[in-house]
Amino acid sequence: MSEAAYERVKLARDSKRPTGLDYIKNIFKGFIEFHGDRRYADDPAIVGGIAKLNNTPVTVIAIEKGHSAKERTYRNFGMPQPEGYRKALRLMKQAEKFGRPIICIVDTSGAYCGIGAEERGQGQAIAENLLEMSALCVPVISILIGEGGSGGALALAVADRVWMLQNAVYSVISPEGCASILWKDSVKAETAAASLKLTAEDAKSLGVIERILSENDIGKKEFYDRIRTLLTEELKELSGDIDLTQNRYDRFRNLGVSAVVKE
Amino acid sequence: MALLNFLKPKNQLEEGGRTSAPVQRDAGEPEKNCPNCHKDIPLSRLWANDLVCPCGYHFRMKARQRIQMITDKGSFHELYSNMKAENPLNFPGYNDKIETVRAASCEKEAVVCGTAMIGKQKCCLFVMESYFIMGSMGSAVGEKITTLFEYAVQHRLPVIGFTVSGGARMQEGLLSLMQMAKTSAAVKRHSDAGLLYIAVLTDPTTGGVTASFAMEADIILAEPGATVGFAGARVIEQTTKKALPEGFQKSEFVLEHGFIDSIIQRSNQKKYLTELLKMHDGRAMV
Repeated sequence: MSEAAYERVKLARDSKRPTGLDYIKNIFKGFIEFHGDRRYADDPAIVGGIAKLNNTPVTVIAIEKGHSAKERTYRNFGMPQPEGYRKALRLMKQAEKFGRPIICIVDTSGAYCGIGAEERGQGQAIAENLLEMSALCVPVISILIGEGGSGGALALAVADRVWMLQNAVYSVISPEGCASILWKDSVKAETAAASLKLTAEDAKSLGVIERILSENDIGKKEFYDRIRTLLTEELKELSGDIDLTQNRYDRFRNLGVSAVVKE
Repeated sequence: MALLNFLKPKNQLEEGGRTSAPVQRDAGEPEKNCPNCHKDIPLSRLWANDLVCPCGYHFRMKARQRIQMITDKGSFHELYSNMKAENPLNFPGYNDKIETVRAASCEKEAVVCGTAMIGKQKCCLFVMESYFIMGSMGSAVGEKITTLFEYAVQHRLPVIGFTVSGGARMQEGLLSLMQMAKTSAAVKRHSDAGLLYIAVLTDPTTGGVTASFAMEADIILAEPGATVGFAGARVIEQTTKKALPEGFQKSEFVLEHGFIDSIIQRSNQKKYLTELLKMHDGRAMV
């Protein structure tokens, strides 16, 4: 059992998996990329812009890991800097202004741990995204396609619907990090992976996500077509929701409530 | 002028005339070694000085001691003291750990919430507890803080929060992570209602708490020398293989980089918070 969870972690990290840009190219049409956070820099680990989902203009934001060694270095292996989160928020506020739905594609081992990232307020950048996303007046759907690494992933996943690929993982800490803190032994990552309940099935049973997307035909045309259809249907439903922000508030408000006991 | 005086950063030692006197040692009196000046300080003297060393070093303080220090006498009314987390994921070792911590800390969870008067100003108050799994945020901490912000909206009260946390509590997995989004949403509602939220970051404030309600206040203060950051310093060193700059992630460093409003010594905090509360009194649009 513990092996099974850690197998998922390895699958989620597999460099052969489609990355954020693959989803953008294959699900949407006419993607126009917008750069920069207007404060400091443009973070290549997060790609954002506008595109059409069927015929509806949407804002798309994706964490990009890259495929080749060169690309992966350029994308900082999908570990965003504070600028990336600030660019994402800028584009989300822009989407809200123009009434566009927002689709986030999430795949990160976590927000970048670096001296510069701390100096430029990594914690503050994530915090601001959580705060602002909770009250956006347009529908937000986030899809976790690989690694959902803690706050760095959540900063693009305060959404009305959160979906996960079958072999994606979503966790408060990496299994290696957890094992090394709790048991001073990163080799126990397999046990940690099982204990953390980080698989798509776990996340669904905890109420953290709404849908698990099958990977049987991952990367094929049918795979992307299916996601496009699901997104279109879901957005149709969400666009008619007059209590959108209240429902999003309640969605997160209720998480963890059943874990709390009142004596 | 009086206002300017208390806003001016003051050496702890300038106050109360305790500074220049040499440390008196009563034989057998328990002492604590200060990690900053490396002197042994009699405990009685530390207690009389709100756990601040004569050199200015701020020792960690228990939540209830802090509440006593910061609130008007007898004004604190605790809320949600009955809430505590179970072991929702059946995480190995968590039951034992939490039981041990509960017995040792005499707290059910890592945050104490309530209403209080500070300088005759009514507010909601939360104080995190470093002696409870280093103030880590699990479902109960998230629920208590969220419910407090909702209470504050309902009663149109400002919120003052003292943070201390190693981050999200990993033994509650994804549910802990979700508390970051949940508390943030509650802060947003309180903010949109035109109400004041002041955070005071104490040592250490890191991880998921920094990346949520600690950094979302209207006014963010910190104690001198407090570690404030997102990622752990050791992790950053291992990841980047670079030496960390002097004073990295200390509150002075975070102030210099523009992420907090001011560093306030413990002895000035009550006066400072009172003044801020008064300045915002009645300013919220109803």
